[in-house]
Amino acid sequence: MTRPHDFGFDDTAQILKDTARRLLQDHCAPEALHRLAAASSEPARATECVWDEALWRKMIDLGWTAVAVPERYGGFGMGLVAIAGLAEELGRAAVPSPLVATLCATYVAAACDSEAARRLLRRIAAGLSVSLATTDRRGSWAPEDTDVAVDEAGALRGTAWFVQDARKVGALIVKAKSPRGVGLYLVEVDAAGLTIVPDAILDLTRDQAHVELRGVADVQVLAEPGDGARALVAAEPAILTIVAADMVGAAEWQLQTTAEYARTRVQFERPIGFFQAVKHPLVDMMVQIDGARSLVYDAACAFDHEPEAAEVCARMAKAAASDAASYCSGRSVQLHGGIGFTWECFIHLWFKRQKHNEVLYGDGAHQRARLADRLIGRIGETA
Amino acid sequence: MTTPSPSESSEQAAFRAHCKAWLAGNLPPRPRFRLPLGPLEIATVEQLEYLCNWQRAAHAAGLVGCDYPREHGGGGLRDCQWIANHELKAAGAPFFPNIVGLGMAAPTIFHHGTEAQKRRLLPPLFSAEEIWCQGFSEPGAGSDLANVQAYAERDGERWIVNGHKVWTTLAHFATWMILLCRTDRARKYEGMTYFVAPIRDGIGRGVAIRPLVKMTGELGFNEVFFEDYSIADDLRLDEVGRGWSVAMTTLLHERGAGPLVTPSSGGGVGDDGETTLGAAGLVELARRSYRNGRPASDDPRLRDAIVQLLIRQRAFAQNERRAAVPALVDHPLRLPLQHKLTLSELLQDTARLACEIEGMAASLHQTDPNAPAGGRWPHAYMNSYGFTIAAGSNEVQRNILGERVLGLAKSK
Repeated sequence: MTRPHDFGFDDTAQILKDTARRLLQDHCAPEALHRLAAASSEPARATECVWDEALWRKMIDLGWTAVAVPERYGGFGMGLVAIAGLAEELGRAAVPSPLVATLCATYVAAACDSEAARRLLRRIAAGLSVSLATTDRRGSWAPEDTDVAVDEAGALRGTAWFVQDARKVGALIVKAKSPRGVGLYLVEVDAAGLTIVPDAILDLTRDQAHVELRGVADVQVLAEPGDGARALVAAEPAILTIVAADMVGAAEWQLQTTAEYARTRVQFERPIGFFQAVKHPLVDMMVQIDGARSLVYDAACAFDHEPEAAEVCARMAKAAASDAASYCSGRSVQLHGGIGFTWECFIHLWFKRQKHNEVLYGDGAHQRARLADRLIGRIGETA
Repeated sequence: MTTPSPSESSEQAAFRAHCKAWLAGNLPPRPRFRLPLGPLEIATVEQLEYLCNWQRAAHAAGLVGCDYPREHGGGGLRDCQWIANHELKAAGAPFFPNIVGLGMAAPTIFHHGTEAQKRRLLPPLFSAEEIWCQGFSEPGAGSDLANVQAYAERDGERWIVNGHKVWTTLAHFATWMILLCRTDRARKYEGMTYFVAPIRDGIGRGVAIRPLVKMTGELGFNEVFFEDYSIADDLRLDEVGRGWSVAMTTLLHERGAGPLVTPSSGGGVGDDGETTLGAAGLVELARRSYRNGRPASDDPRLRDAIVQLLIRQRAFAQNERRAAVPALVDHPLRLPLQHKLTLSELLQDTARLACEIEGMAASLHQTDPNAPAGGRWPHAYMNSYGFTIAAGSNEVQRNILGERVLGLAKSK
């Protein structure tokens, strides 16, 4: 397949992105977000799930859970390039919502070949939110690793870790192993035997939990044992690209907010942006963001048009975005000086979201190690 | 990996086909002598002649100056030069030697010259019959370019120039120089005027050229001294006192940010037949290299560093791609003004890492028979500082980006 020079970013993608920008400016401006998500600085806040459910209903009404669902299952069937544009806006606004989790789950469901998966896609298009319960306690992203097993009666037992926005979603895609291999199972969050245990986390713009499954029998098989890993591998480039796009959007907010501060904060009778010790790191933030942003659209376009290149491009995008997020987060606090170190300054919300996304699905070093195996060869097998 | 957009015009599609067909049968044979790493390193007459013959042939085939009008020696096409560049790179073609002419003089003459100047100067520039050099920097005007002191004094229909220019790449081969002079000592930015000077004709008549030896031991750039050098007023570009604004057109194109695409900017093949942007070659180098007695490609830290550069290399290419998609660009100068900064640092870090991969063997000079890759990497690493310093040092580039794109207070 050919890869369009313009990434395939068309008018529809533009409209989706513009609509997202406007809605989130109106309903999730930084002041409003801070009032909502940072109302409390007490340690107990770390386990709370704080979000604007009315805004979430607006997002559903605008069809945002349907954008990535193929048209034949009631969705809009947009390309990943358009979804990346939307995810950039979610990161720019740092909006607490289960949308990123649901978009990631959508690509997993779309990679499963079963009637249950097709039913799930129709429900997502209609507004169901879903998250992935596919990570083990050691934080492994490997497709075969899980602490959940299918017992003799066909029920799920074990614990899934690091489940994103678990208390906002209606259902979970659980990865579980059995003698025939790894399968994927849809579980409603109110299923008997399932307990969502909140994690205390730093990021104020999401919630995270581990999910205990004590003989959960009410499940639908999305991918049969032995077929789950394949579906996860197929969806992984899209997942990495979406999280990278969120980080790029958030990093752009960090850049613009810090540049605005450097234009207005006066010390030594000059705006501090006059000083090259401030100016040059701001430019380096921009350079890192732009490289990562171009790689995000490159990865999205590869997923849409050249699947065999998708994994390499997506890992490059996630690595570049993770590193840009790390750099921009550090500089956004440092260049704000003392005020940047306080709870009342808005930038810690983005800082914490970025630190969370940096490690989610593997940080830059992890992605590069995987790329090195692929592009250089495994250690001991290269020379 | 990038293929043409389905939205490519029929003119563009036909031109791409023409480029492919012509390049398939007309690449010059590899010379028996060593080619320089890039146009800034051309040192010998035989290198220059080989590369000028190639540029002349490519111009005759329509691959140089594609987007300029036919009456100015161009191809009369629209938005086609990038296609020629893409195909030249894909074919592994040599670079074009008239880099100052193509990248800086041509767009400046096109935007600021008279019709007569364009008709006289552009055709032999595109065909490499006349080589160009740049007379901007001076001993006291480096990063602070507007401090130029070379003085042109009006003398009827002529100007008398006195002064001293430095870092003048290709001056010893050049017929023409783009020359920035002060014409009013009372005003800094409004006191400059821009000329095109026939410096070869001036040698011995007020022009003296002295080669400078680079840290690599190579020649390539020069000092140029003017002493009562007389040039005609019809070789002035634009109005008296407009020199700084004309120079900005030159610099915008030098840094890859101007509206006119430069033929074969930076993708051509130099010595060893490897592209000058050799990050992909690092993988092969690491597979072949032993370092501290072990394969370099097994060293986890080097593996990480190699992949970081592969990512930056791809990001650079994808920035170029995204710069052409207005919907994905926030500020029109944001990506173009990063071009020189990111490319020069990418090349420098690539060369530095290659030396690290080579380990002890990176100590070997180009002339040593045991030097890996012909000793090109330590050599390229030293030369890379030419690019991070030239065309406005990268410190100045960061000032420009911070001021023009982020709106920060001017550092001067």
